[in-house]
Amino acid sequence: MSLDLIFYILGGLTIGTALMVVLSKHPVRSVLYLVLTFFLISANYVLMNAQFIAIVNIIVYAGAIMVLFLFVLMLLNLNKENEPKHSPLMTIGAAIAGGALFLVVVAAMRDAILATPMIDANSPKVGLVENLGQVLFTKYVLPFEVSSILFLAAMVGAVLLAKKEKQTID
Amino acid sequence: MLLATLFESGVKIEHYMVLATALFVIGVFGVLYRKNAIILLMCIELMLNAVNLLLVAFSTYFGQADGQLFVFFIMVVAAAEATVGLSILVLLYRNTRSTDIRLFNKLKN
Repeated sequence: MSLDLIFYILGGLTIGTALMVVLSKHPVRSVLYLVLTFFLISANYVLMNAQFIAIVNIIVYAGAIMVLFLFVLMLLNLNKENEPKHSPLMTIGAAIAGGALFLVVVAAMRDAILATPMIDANSPKVGLVENLGQVLFTKYVLPFEVSSILFLAAMVGAVLLAKKEKQTID
Repeated sequence: MLLATLFESGVKIEHYMVLATALFVIGVFGVLYRKNAIILLMCIELMLNAVNLLLVAFSTYFGQADGQLFVFFIMVVAAAEATVGLSILVLLYRNTRSTDIRLFNKLKN
């Protein structure tokens, strides 16, 4: 089985599940299709020799963020009955807008001139954790620290928002 | 190595560009089409993942780790965005008993 055949199967499945995320009426089903999409994208990462990103994608996206979404869906008890209805005019408009965007971007990319790849002898090691850690803690150490502050701010924000409001005495 | 030769075995970087664009456009379509605010957040995650896919593809294509580290930072921002966005949604749901985005245009008046 050649690699390009694997690529076509994976790509087709990824687009199919991504479409099901948008088109399925039931929100929980949407979340599960999105988890499937993330697994397929992880498979694409493995195909591209980015093993560490693939594992992190599964742990962080499929494991943490999607479970958060499922939690909120169950907390709010959303199901098919109270799913908001949309007008057919909006559907056609959204489809035309999306299709036009796709055509414009693909047409713009067709004219793009790509530099030749700089594949050197140790390029298969690029996606390994050793190499990534080396670059992360030397070249990108400041963004790394700033992102921890971002996480702290997000955590404080989420706790503040989720806390029940105190009854104000007036 | 099996996987080092992906871009020499018929799969071109253009293929990944089209795949990532398709995923991104599906996300945009979802944002325009759906009315449930949670699904909108999920479509934003889909768009972020399309960008991640393209970054990793170019990182492999050029044999440099920078693209994959950008993916890390995008994941960090996505996780922060998802937590804050979902907690805002829970708060909105407490007030309106719905997640329909058409009810959330109170700032307009």
